[in-house]
Amino acid sequence: MHMLSTNSILETINMITEEHLDIRTITMGISLLDCISDDINVACERVYDKLTKTARDLVKVGEQIEKEYGIPIVHKRVSVTPISILGNACKTEDLVPFAKTLDRAAQALGINFIGGFTALVHKGYTKGDHRLIASIPEALATTERVCSSVNVATTKAGINMDAVAEMGRVVKLAAELTAENGCIGPAKLVVFANAPEDNPFMAGAFHGVGEGDAVINVGVSGPGVVHHAIQKAGDCDITQIADTIKKTAFKITRVGQLVANEASRRLGVPFGIVDLSLAPTPAVGDSVAHILEEMGLERCGGPGTTATLALLNDAVKKGGTMASSHVGGLSGAFIPVSEDAGMIDSVKCGALSLEKLEAMTAVCSVGLDMIVVPGDVSASTISALIADEISIGVVNTKTTAVRVIPAIGKEVGDVLEFGGLLGSGPVMPISSFSAERFISRGGRIPAPLQSLKN
Amino acid sequence: MRAVITVIGQDTVGIISKVSAYLAEKQINIVDITQSVLSEFFCMVMLVDLESSTEAFSDTVDALGAIGRENHLDIHVMHEDIFNSMHKI
Repeated sequence: MHMLSTNSILETINMITEEHLDIRTITMGISLLDCISDDINVACERVYDKLTKTARDLVKVGEQIEKEYGIPIVHKRVSVTPISILGNACKTEDLVPFAKTLDRAAQALGINFIGGFTALVHKGYTKGDHRLIASIPEALATTERVCSSVNVATTKAGINMDAVAEMGRVVKLAAELTAENGCIGPAKLVVFANAPEDNPFMAGAFHGVGEGDAVINVGVSGPGVVHHAIQKAGDCDITQIADTIKKTAFKITRVGQLVANEASRRLGVPFGIVDLSLAPTPAVGDSVAHILEEMGLERCGGPGTTATLALLNDAVKKGGTMASSHVGGLSGAFIPVSEDAGMIDSVKCGALSLEKLEAMTAVCSVGLDMIVVPGDVSASTISALIADEISIGVVNTKTTAVRVIPAIGKEVGDVLEFGGLLGSGPVMPISSFSAERFISRGGRIPAPLQSLKN
Repeated sequence: MRAVITVIGQDTVGIISKVSAYLAEKQINIVDITQSVLSEFFCMVMLVDLESSTEAFSDTVDALGAIGRENHLDIHVMHEDIFNSMHKI
């Protein structure tokens, strides 16, 4: 018998058909450093040509692999060199034309998101960074597929509080400019600490300058598979839960590695990393919150939530690491509120608060993600929320991020509908006590001590 | 390349014959086959070699999927590597 057991084969098929196992994204990272010009029109033309040439077969190859291996590949996407770098060379201030070019290229390639309208300002601003950040609200309002990110802090550099203050205003303005369109602007904007250069997931993907000319990064998913595995394990102890998650993550990640190798070979582009992530979708049975509840919580957000999430996140990484030759990106459990049916329910019933989410981000991937707050929240309060979340990443030497959406014209209790994968977010209460004076000071929070850890 | 074909559904007359007739027509060789019937549920797993196949693999996937739908069966055709990578180290 050369064949695997029928049970193994059926287990795989069941994971895909019943438990939402999928490859969340094949993301091609493309360097645009060779597109720089002092004339923005020339630079844009070079960007368009390079993207449409390099990623020409991305969607086609993704679909071929999907069909031959029978595994859904939900997204095929592109990330690019932080555009602020190209913006440095331009004679013009406004960098929105770059965003429109990226949008046009994404449309031509048949992809739904392109990431890299990005600036890295953790220690200071260049001319290009100033221009890029000032262009973000309009860029997000006038394009469909472009995603933006700004890295405002690293563990080695500390936190750029001028950038934190500015990003509060940028988030608010991005929401105002897209108020007619479900405030979609800030849903495509991530503020980072310790941003990874090889992250395949939107909206925070960009192609770092330490990367090669082009690279294939793959993001796996499968909250539903982990949920079912824990369900099947029944009334076991926590050690067994951790082992079950590790084994499941191993299987999920092996599929990611297979798809990554195959995509890399067929596209003739080197393989970069597999991102070991549990990325939920609003679909029933694809929720990270429900995994935590399956472990024994009445509701995600109640006492015990941070502990269950810490266990989940660690076990996913341990199982996944052995299954992949190179691991990178964000790697961990995502907790985007609007994209997770269980999180949405927990917010609606009052079990999950913004403060608890902040605590949860200390032990899992990313951060305050897809959180909707009242539209009348001040820019300085958004900045303070960013500062808090970014501090957790900086002090704990991990990536954290904020993707928060002020729902213009809405208040606590209302729901903001994004549709599709972005889901819908209940407006969450945020403390009304001001941090205006703290945020208006500007300057930098020094890099934290990396010893004497208590 | 080799692929795994799974056929799952209500047990009816001639399921194996329908699938294997199609495979023979396209010169797809059956390497291994196992089947079981569990409380009226039919489950067949085949390992096939497509080396001499006369059609593109994606067409085989579509055609067998269509045979499945016509007969109220769930037929999946997948490259064997997805199973190997998941279940073998």
